Amino acid sequence: MSKHKNVSLTADVLVIGGGPAGAWAAWSAANEGAKVVLVDKGYLGSSGATAPGGTNLLYLPPDKELREAAVQARLKSGGYLAEAEWIHRVLDQVYINLELVEQWGYPFVRDESGTPMRDHLQGPEYMALMRKVVKRAGVKIVDQAPALELLVDEHGVGGARGVLRQEDGEWEVRANAVVIATGGCAFLSKGLGCNVLTGDGYLMASELGAELSGMEFTRRYAPSPAYSSNTRSRLLGWATYYDKDGNPLNGQRNGDFLATKLLEGPVYAIMNKADTPEKQAILRKSHAIFFLPYDRAGIDVFTEPFPLTLRYEGTVRGTGGIRIVNEQCATTVNGLYVAGDAATRERITGAASGGGAFNASWAICSGTWSGKGAAEYARTQSLGAGERNLRPGGKYGLRKEEQRAEQSASVDTRELVKAIQDEVLPLDINYFRTEAGLTESLGRLNELWPKVNEQTPQTSTERVQAREAAAMAATARWMYTAALARKESRGAGLHVLAEYPETDPNQQYRLLVSGLESIVTRPESAAHPAVAAVANDTAAVQSAVKEVQAG
Amino acid sequence: MIELVSAERCIQCNLCVKVCPTNVFDKTEGGVPVIKRQEDCQTCFICEAYCPVDALYVSPFTDEAVQVDEEELAAKGILGSWRETIGWGPGRQKLAALDQTPFIDRILPPRPVRAAGISDVKVQTS
Ligand SMILES: Cc1cc2nc3c(=O)[nH]c(=O)nc-3n(C[C@H](O)[C@H](O)[C@H](O)COP(=O)(O)OP(=O)(O)OC[C@H]3O[C@@H](n4cnc5c(N)ncnc54)[C@H](O)[C@@H]3O)c2cc1C
Ligand code: SF4
Ligand code: SF4
Repeated sequence: MSKHKNVSLTADVLVIGGGPAGAWAAWSAANEGAKVVLVDKGYLGSSGATAPGGTNLLYLPPDKELREAAVQARLKSGGYLAEAEWIHRVLDQVYINLELVEQWGYPFVRDESGTPMRDHLQGPEYMALMRKVVKRAGVKIVDQAPALELLVDEHGVGGARGVLRQEDGEWEVRANAVVIATGGCAFLSKGLGCNVLTGDGYLMASELGAELSGMEFTRRYAPSPAYSSNTRSRLLGWATYYDKDGNPLNGQRNGDFLATKLLEGPVYAIMNKADTPEKQAILRKSHAIFFLPYDRAGIDVFTEPFPLTLRYEGTVRGTGGIRIVNEQCATTVNGLYVAGDAATRERITGAASGGGAFNASWAICSGTWSGKGAAEYARTQSLGAGERNLRPGGKYGLRKEEQRAEQSASVDTRELVKAIQDEVLPLDINYFRTEAGLTESLGRLNELWPKVNEQTPQTSTERVQAREAAAMAATARWMYTAALARKESRGAGLHVLAEYPETDPNQQYRLLVSGLESIVTRPESAAHPAVAAVANDTAAVQSAVKEVQAG
Repeated sequence: MIELVSAERCIQCNLCVKVCPTNVFDKTEGGVPVIKRQEDCQTCFICEAYCPVDALYVSPFTDEAVQVDEEELAAKGILGSWRETIGWGPGRQKLAALDQTPFIDRILPPRPVRAAGISDVKVQTS
């Protein structure tokens, strides 16, 4: 902490976040000839939900029937909130992009017929490759540079500012178009790679007036070792579960089984359905990270019991996020685009989790589209970002001179975070959702809300943490407000209210939430086809938005 | 959580400082990086993957610090084992090139046929 370096840059497009969505957005914008800067809280290549482990992808060969069947299946499981057209768009786009990934050097394995198996990416390999590709495209990457707030004027967004946390310095990037790709919000629950994901992008966008969508679809926990972080859990398909006395339990990893049993007592598993050395060898060469925490704790997973827990995943494997208003993933704020888990994924997932295939493909496609859209938007702006009269747009959890002078009480950030976690992590509040339980919890969260501006961070690290606390508090309030407004249960278990166990045909719409002091909800028709507006035509976007509001 | 930066092995390249997503390490003047904010470690094992000389050890225990013995970890071949698994480092084949994920559905276990509630195995769960 010696240097106090400051960085000030001007670009056409600023991408905030360097997971797959941000990487693809930066590559895509640069491909359009834009001058691009990408900032990441951590490091493009290692940071975010994909990098440590990896992802299975929604990827199908261009076979009409196969694809249509997949689309229909998802429309149904997603409670008819997804749109066929959008799933097809993703299937088309991801096919093209994964071919590129192979050309760039990712060594996809082939099956007996020589067909490359492009439906799984090992995280470290994929993201290291993406860093290389993004760099080669001419993007300026700034690592360890969390964004704190957006810059704004009457024309819309104009860049962002944040800290260089390893230099105790500041950065500011002015750009006429900004892509938010900050991932989801997992509330520091220590799921694999997820502690950088605190909803920062939601808060930044919301402060400029953007809306969120699908925040009720956040009832999502993942199994992990009780003592460790690995939430990649597909291989538990080969497990048998046991109670503390060693009695086998009948149940599957998905559904209510684990949550119910864990409230009763400890649950253990043994991977004894992988019952031959051949099978075990295959699994070890698939999701390799699954085995790491057990191997290191001296547990032979194939023969010995290991304790499980559920870690909350919020919007990472939930589906809510910033609302998008057109095919280029624009938001309602001029110049502001969104990609990956930062965006709502309802257009393709509906009311079902995107984890397990859809999210990873969405990150690739929404990144590609938003990067292109942002580059095109920037190209049409006559006033350079450097000449605009921009001001910082952040209001919450930021240390501001005027706030400091007024402040008497000081709120400890860690205590605040703990208080927020106490509302969102417990299974009995957030998994077994009841109207009464959520109402009480939302009341407590609303009481906590003013405290986000009573934090007094000093160092760069503390400033980032204070802002994260504010973003998590806001996200929790949006989640529960939306959950209480959806008085039904819909889709594949991502939102259930005990009092309303049935699906209500009259609530077959997406729910939008907006606002920070007071939160407003309103429905958006899902039957409505994608709002077809051109990103650089603001009038078209606005009239299209009105049309949706009216319809 | 991250438990070890081996002063003996470390070549002070500071890659771990650069890549750690949650900024756990600090550089030092002319020395090996220090684990400065251990409580922020998210147990993602990324730093181990990037360390070129296998000088780091991330314990699997996410919520508690544990004592580790460098010699023992080295003797057991645990130092650098994650980098080896993903096939990074000279002369190694990448895990991505050996990936069996696309084929795991071929060995899916059959649907359970066990009579409800009746156990044929009882295991010691501590
Ligand atoms: C264990 C696990 C397994 C998964 N498996 C699958 C799967 O098999 N299939 C599937 O489809 N999906 C899967 N998912 C979901 C998938 O990983 C995500 O959908 C995907 O990573 C989203 O990409 P992203 O770029 O939007 O976000 P992320 O990859 O999470 O990246 C977000 C980036 O934003 C950065 N950032 C955050 N805040 C800021 C800020 N304030 N300033 C600057 N940068 C910031 C972070 O450092 C991070 O680099 C899995 C998720 C987890 C956790
Ligand atoms: S990556 Fe390894 S060698 Fe480089 S500084 Fe860190 S511990 Fe030392
Ligand atoms: S395990 Fe992950 S979070 Fe922990 S020190 Fe290493 S890179 Fe950082």
